[in-house]
Amino acid sequence: MRTIDLNKVTDIVKESVIKINYELDNSLIALIQKAKANETKEISKSILSDILENSNIAKEGNIPLCQDTGIVVVFLEVGTDVKVNGDIYEAINQGVRLGYDQGYLRKSVVNHPFNRENTKDNSPAIIHTKLVSGDKIKLHIAAKGGGSENMSTVVMLTPTEGIEGVKKLVLDTIFNAGGKPCPPIIVGIGIGGNFEKSAILAKEALLRELDDSSKDQTIKQLEDELYIDINKLGVGPMGVGGETTCLAVKINYFPMHIASLPVAINIQCHSARHIEVIL
Amino acid sequence: MITLNTPISDDDIKLLRSGEKVLLSGTMYTARDQAHLRLINEKELPFELNGSVIYYVGPTPKREGFSIGASGPTSSYRMDKLAVPLMERGLKIMIGKGDRSEEFRHEMIKNNSCYLIATGGTGALLSSKITSSELILYEDLGAEAVYKLEVKDFPCFVAYDIYGKNIFKDN
Repeated sequence: MRTIDLNKVTDIVKESVIKINYELDNSLIALIQKAKANETKEISKSILSDILENSNIAKEGNIPLCQDTGIVVVFLEVGTDVKVNGDIYEAINQGVRLGYDQGYLRKSVVNHPFNRENTKDNSPAIIHTKLVSGDKIKLHIAAKGGGSENMSTVVMLTPTEGIEGVKKLVLDTIFNAGGKPCPPIIVGIGIGGNFEKSAILAKEALLRELDDSSKDQTIKQLEDELYIDINKLGVGPMGVGGETTCLAVKINYFPMHIASLPVAINIQCHSARHIEVIL
Repeated sequence: MITLNTPISDDDIKLLRSGEKVLLSGTMYTARDQAHLRLINEKELPFELNGSVIYYVGPTPKREGFSIGASGPTSSYRMDKLAVPLMERGLKIMIGKGDRSEEFRHEMIKNNSCYLIATGGTGALLSSKITSSELILYEDLGAEAVYKLEVKDFPCFVAYDIYGKNIFKDN
């Protein structure tokens, strides 16, 4: 057994939530630059230029990329040879509290659906846990904004609706969302499992490397076709029209019931803020 | 490109055409969902609504020496119904992001107001155009409180104009 000090978990969460809210990943910046070169309309190009300029100002000017610094989502993998002394969920939430305070990040979490009282420290995080073999803890930490999350959906298709049914659902969802989720977006799709599993698959899909593809040939082909079809919708940067509606499409899947074809679509704005850390 | 200074007049609104870039200078007020719920029930306000600009934003906390934290727009559609009574009292410009309802657009045209969009997710860039911020109402709402902002050349695009054009449909 390897013992991991929970203070280390708190520290890494604190540092991570600050870092991701001030600095975009280089692979994302490269995709936005490519999209800008590909746009023909002046207004669409100008919006993508602003997004690139914003990332420089945030990093160098010590100001968050976006005022919506998100609710924190953590995919936590704990090796079964790891021992921790205490409550790992509390350690993560303490990292969120410290990071959102010390990083001058907005507290965007309310504690009740109707009284809407702010928790004032951006806790609690939404934590998904997996037990894995080994003696490490892996945390994939994301700060997820409300605008793009609000445009996401879960639909229970019937099995015979098949690939065409999935495609239609994805294209309709993204077309109807228009400029609201801050395109150019990244599209995370979860297919299969059941009602709740599909949503988690979609969220996990958003955390994949931007340049990877599904290892399953049929799914990879669907990712490629949807990427082309979504960009043909013409929604464009911030919904004003143009060539770039999405930067990437990622699909994760899981076995499912013979009667079901669950599909979840989780939309990520252009300010995709997440990081993977291993302890 | 058009430069506009607050307060906004009816003649200013006539100049604005969907798709055009606007640089706005002067005073604007922040308000999101919860602030709207309260504002529509206030008989007296500590600022002049007539000719005013409301910016849909909930900034990040400001650092020492900064005029404000990150300040990009939030989605406007959530304020569609709540904006109507404010437009009836003279609110001239709303700044946010994304498409809104047809009902809102008709009310906006009826009230000779205008909807502009700023680029979502560029809170750092947009904050550099805000020269000062002052809390004026509803401190308990935190990031959703009403702030008075002074801005210089704040960049937006006209989304809906009074001639019926919509940047999300007609561009």
